[in-house]
Amino acid sequence: MSEQPSLAVVGAGPAGLAAALAAAGRGVRVTLVDAGDRAGGQFYRQPAPALAARPPQAPHHQGRTWKRLRDGLGRHRAAGRIVHLADHHVWCVAREEATGTFTVHSLLGPAQEEGGTVRADAVLLATGGYERVLPFPGWTLPGVVTAGGAQAMLKGALALPGRTAVIAGTGPLLLPVATALAAAGARVAALVESAGPAALLRRAPALVTQPGKLAEGAGYAVRLLRHGVRTLTRHTVVEAHGTDRLEAVTVSALDRDGRPRPGSARRIPCDTLAVGHGMLPHTDLAETLGCTLAGTAVRVDDEQRTDVPGVWAAGETTGVGGAALALAEGHIAGRSAAARLYGRAPDPRHWAPAARARTRLRAFATALDAVYVPPAGWADAVTDDTVVCRCEEVDAGEVREAVDVLGAGDLRTVKLLTRAGMGWCQGRMCAAGVAGLAGCPLTAGRRPFARPVPLGVLAALAGTEGEPGTE
Amino acid sequence: MRPLRRHSAHPPQPAPARPDETFTVTFDGRRLPALSGQTVAAVLWAAGVTAWRDTRGAGRPRGVFCGIGVCFDCLVTVDGRPNQRACLVPVRPGDAIRTQPGTGWADARPQDAGADHE
Repeated sequence: MSEQPSLAVVGAGPAGLAAALAAAGRGVRVTLVDAGDRAGGQFYRQPAPALAARPPQAPHHQGRTWKRLRDGLGRHRAAGRIVHLADHHVWCVAREEATGTFTVHSLLGPAQEEGGTVRADAVLLATGGYERVLPFPGWTLPGVVTAGGAQAMLKGALALPGRTAVIAGTGPLLLPVATALAAAGARVAALVESAGPAALLRRAPALVTQPGKLAEGAGYAVRLLRHGVRTLTRHTVVEAHGTDRLEAVTVSALDRDGRPRPGSARRIPCDTLAVGHGMLPHTDLAETLGCTLAGTAVRVDDEQRTDVPGVWAAGETTGVGGAALALAEGHIAGRSAAARLYGRAPDPRHWAPAARARTRLRAFATALDAVYVPPAGWADAVTDDTVVCRCEEVDAGEVREAVDVLGAGDLRTVKLLTRAGMGWCQGRMCAAGVAGLAGCPLTAGRRPFARPVPLGVLAALAGTEGEPGTE
Repeated sequence: MRPLRRHSAHPPQPAPARPDETFTVTFDGRRLPALSGQTVAAVLWAAGVTAWRDTRGAGRPRGVFCGIGVCFDCLVTVDGRPNQRACLVPVRPGDAIRTQPGTGWADARPQDAGADHE
């Protein structure tokens, strides 16, 4: 180990920034490696400087936190304690067995044709999450976007996909997306949420532990009312209509079993459908390193350590829970990493407030997870000719045949028989849908590379590392 | 050439911070205004265009889906280079953006197509 230990933080969202600031403030040389062209991640995504605007509808307390993180990053960078590598898309983190150190491999810039490497004594994974979208007839039409995607395009580029939007699916993300689209000038024809008020009431004891979060939700609800947005709870989008682009959606009320209630269907004209069914953690880098997962998230201990020595994880990658939880986890991870890198056992009392926030926010996230579940009968509403794997254009009928006729019982076998999950996105968009249709559990993807890598980058790597090339 | 997939009313557009940061790009030969810092997808959305790729199998139109570089649905050909993610790639003055049919390699710029097969 060098005299001043080094830490590579992958991801510059709330968790990565909090971790980088905590570690850099305690004498660790931090390299912050991030795919974005500016720090902030998806949550604090900022518009390009040339676009004369501020992010729409940023609540005041979030603005303060972002300013603290941004200014802290600026100070540490100026002092040489943090190197921020923007536009670096990490595709693999390798642990050198002999030394216990790490090499972070990335692709540079949007073209992603050149590689770059960072070496560090330890690594902290703050890779965030991405949206889960379950398939339904018409979901591949242009104009149908993920709720998070609509928000990202609005935050980063101030761009809207159309004039009249329907926001649909389930989860706490739908409220801010509907609010932001309405504030940006779109007509939001309806917010369609499959969960019902009864489910929220059942979880009330856990939810009231976070009055700030409830107030945030209530604030969105008030703004939606002000924009005249109609909210349909216990409803779902059963079909998106159009030929070359979205023209309308059909929504139905859900019955007690989570199935569309006959006779309740109504058609809503729109040119945009922003849809989402919750979030999934990015775990590829952790999986390749050999970290154990718990369900679909990276398992960590009280210090945010994974079970691989020298690897910490924080934020959505360890379980989806929102930005406030990511900040708390990142702070703890950064402090733990700093202490351990200097050969000390950290004293958890030093981060007690963050630990308390983490406990509360994890309980809150668990309660939300129980409320915002996709309707039980969603898979039955997917017609055989509905494309499920968007990349390879595999439809639901092929998946059902693989299961019912050919006997596939897990995601991997379905993939081998149908190609569902073999395309550009490597199953990130379809795995949840395929698992639901096949009636098998959603398991982690086990992708050795976290993104497509040009062969030239791999070849150059073998040369620079002095490893034997092809024999 | 495929008909432009236009929408009657264009979505609201951001104002430029400085007028000298506005420039022009083309989409399938049609001139579109762009702002420094915008992604290709944002420029197309602002012009009412929501599809710029046809799938390899059924030839169905696609555009932005995930918006954060994960899904690869928004692949597009920019200056002869196919399979660029429109939601990530920033526009540059004079960019020639084209609808991408199939794998995108059929009408890629010859030197790029050649380099890929070396």
